Amino acid sequence: MLLSSTRRDWLGNVRGDSLAGIVVALALIPEAIAFSIIAGVDPKVGLYASFCIAVLTSILGGRPGMISAATGAMALLMVTLVKDHGLQYLLAATMLTGVLQIIAGYLKLGELMRFVSRSVVTGFVNALAILIFLAQLPELTDVSWHTYAVTAAGLAIIYLFPLINKTLPSPLLAILALTAASTYLGLDIRTVGDLGALPDTLPIFLWPDVPLTLDTLKIVFPYAAGLAVVGLLESLMTATIIDDLTDTPSDKSRECKAQGIANIGAGLLGGMAGCAMIGQSVINIKSGGRGRLSTLVAGTVLLLMVVFFEEQVSMIPMGVLVSVMIMVSIGTFNWGSIRDLKTYPLSSNLVMLTTVIVVVWTHNLAYGVLAGVLLAALFFANRVGRFMYVVSERNEAEDRRSYKVVGQVFFASAEKMLAAFDFKEAVSKVVIDLNRAHFWDITAVSALDKAVIKFRREGAEIEVRGLNEASETIIDRFGVHDKPEEIDKVLGEH
Amino acid sequence: MSNETEKSVITEVLACIDGSRYSSAVCDYAAWFSLSLSAPLTLLHNLEHSENAASSDLSGAIGLGSREALLEELTSIEAQRNKLLIEQGKLMLDAAKARVVAAGIAAPTLKQRHDGLTESLIAMENDIRLLVLGVRGEEHAQDAHHLGGHLEASIRALHRPILVVNCDFKEPKKIMLAYDGSEASGKALELLVNSQRFTHLPVHLVTVGESPSTASALQDSATQKLQSAGHTVIAATLEGEPSKTLHSYQDDHDIDLTLMGAFSHTRLREWVLGSMTVKMLLSSSRPLLLLR
Repeated sequence: MLLSSTRRDWLGNVRGDSLAGIVVALALIPEAIAFSIIAGVDPKVGLYASFCIAVLTSILGGRPGMISAATGAMALLMVTLVKDHGLQYLLAATMLTGVLQIIAGYLKLGELMRFVSRSVVTGFVNALAILIFLAQLPELTDVSWHTYAVTAAGLAIIYLFPLINKTLPSPLLAILALTAASTYLGLDIRTVGDLGALPDTLPIFLWPDVPLTLDTLKIVFPYAAGLAVVGLLESLMTATIIDDLTDTPSDKSRECKAQGIANIGAGLLGGMAGCAMIGQSVINIKSGGRGRLSTLVAGTVLLLMVVFFEEQVSMIPMGVLVSVMIMVSIGTFNWGSIRDLKTYPLSSNLVMLTTVIVVVWTHNLAYGVLAGVLLAALFFANRVGRFMYVVSERNEAEDRRSYKVVGQVFFASAEKMLAAFDFKEAVSKVVIDLNRAHFWDITAVSALDKAVIKFRREGAEIEVRGLNEASETIIDRFGVHDKPEEIDKVLGEH
Repeated sequence: MSNETEKSVITEVLACIDGSRYSSAVCDYAAWFSLSLSAPLTLLHNLEHSENAASSDLSGAIGLGSREALLEELTSIEAQRNKLLIEQGKLMLDAAKARVVAAGIAAPTLKQRHDGLTESLIAMENDIRLLVLGVRGEEHAQDAHHLGGHLEASIRALHRPILVVNCDFKEPKKIMLAYDGSEASGKALELLVNSQRFTHLPVHLVTVGESPSTASALQDSATQKLQSAGHTVIAATLEGEPSKTLHSYQDDHDIDLTLMGAFSHTRLREWVLGSMTVKMLLSSSRPLLLLR
């Protein structure tokens, strides 16, 4: 399964894929360097990772045309690990991340994505954009005006040049022009070379130099778990975005496994953990990339460029990298979501904003998604809970009160049902008619029990109608009830 | 075949049309089989979505709302392309319909579907009684040394009889059954035994490359079955490389339709020795009816 691919996947769009792959590779170089700096490791760690992850996912991945490499979302999670324990532990964590992702792939955990609502996805993407932008700020504080000038000039070239010519990647042009200019003028600004080692050889196979003990696992596991979750979230969201853009399906479980294998590979080649990248994948599609070849070309060209032009790459001023990253951040941000704030329901907006705020606060996308999903679930429960009402009717002649419960009774609406019963009314007979109600959980049943006992205490004779049918919905296993006619039987009027 | 019709729902002869040079022959054969099997005929045109990017902007810059703008752009370009393809496909289907109506089919059903051909066929598999398709489609029209892009994948994926058309229509007069005792070739034998339409046609029962004792045992039992169903049987046991031998037998005896089992060996063996089915598909100059 993991290796299956058709000839079309690879050779269906050779020209488009090759050109797009080169464009992506050129944009990946500054990103990989920038993300290495965020994580606190040498640029070569991010560059080797980007090469390895791109190449492996191109072959194994479930979403042709998607670009995976070293990413900001992952880099942010490893900062403290690198600071406290060093690079070797990062490599071990990267491999463990891969193992966890492969397990997730086999357990088909990707299907859990259906609980992640649209608002959470939007929040995730926006938070990611904000994090990438914030990560650039250290490069822009306490620096000479030269750096600002370089960054501004970089942004100007990136956004204005495409108006004249769309056949040359404008980020590449910005990098070439401004590197040449700053070297020629001898500007005293920070360059990529000041930040640590660049790759000088093709990557070498190395087992991480950590003791294989339980202590190591204790250090590494929490990071690996976070990395695995964030990596899969971003990869699956990116895959969905590419599905939409290209109108083609993808295999999400296979993508999970491929991300895992790619991360194990990255760890063995001295690279950091990575995942799919929204911005780069959009650039790939925009540049005409569709097949597996585009990702393979991107990874290979990236490595060849860096190894053969090491000296030139080390002269790139940081200011230009910052401008490229600002572009990625702007392109990743979902601007439509700001416009939609006015028209979308408040609950959706709150879910989106909560996701953004939690992520920016914790620098961990997994927490943001968790908060967003929980909040969305609460809003949903609250809303469905409103679909319940009780009508009551008094029969003077027989001194009887009938309550008719209609709608969804569960933890969010059980209290409301109880409140609708008038226990203080002195009647000799009470009828609770559940024929149009659905009991979803034990809370609903115990609320009914409570009501029955209370009425009995007040001296009324009580009759409950239709309880069995109403409580048929309390089933954890949905096996028998997954046919439309069975669902109708349970949910229809009994 | 006849008792199968009784218990199953209406299944159809499905002909795949793509406007390549075999399309009209596909129509003719499909019409002939539809009448023979008295099964309804459906003509399918599949809209392939091109892998080639509809647009490309190599600037590599993404800015405000790039993703939304890109989706909008790709959607409108592909909408135009697909509208044209649908229009074109309708014309092909109309021409095909006229052709099969002339051949005596009262009311063929016309279908158009998006997605790859193999995927479409898998989705429709349960309704297929017999699938008729050309050996090469529009993509590989010039390329005589390759099979069509979808053919092998479709044959492997489907478990229905498939007629592969590779020449102009000629009403089948002489039938060859390539019989090696495998389950798939057994199905081919059964099809001949059970089908009324084939009874008056002579059947060449050919076994290649088996040891003499096995070959004669296989042939005896098969001959018996065929004869009891009213066929004239011409039995032959041949030596040599199966696909080449069968091909030359086809030519020598002017066979117009060959029935054989397809892809009945393991993938590993096929990988090492090459698939006999693929070789037959490449070398045969007359239609093959493949059974899985």
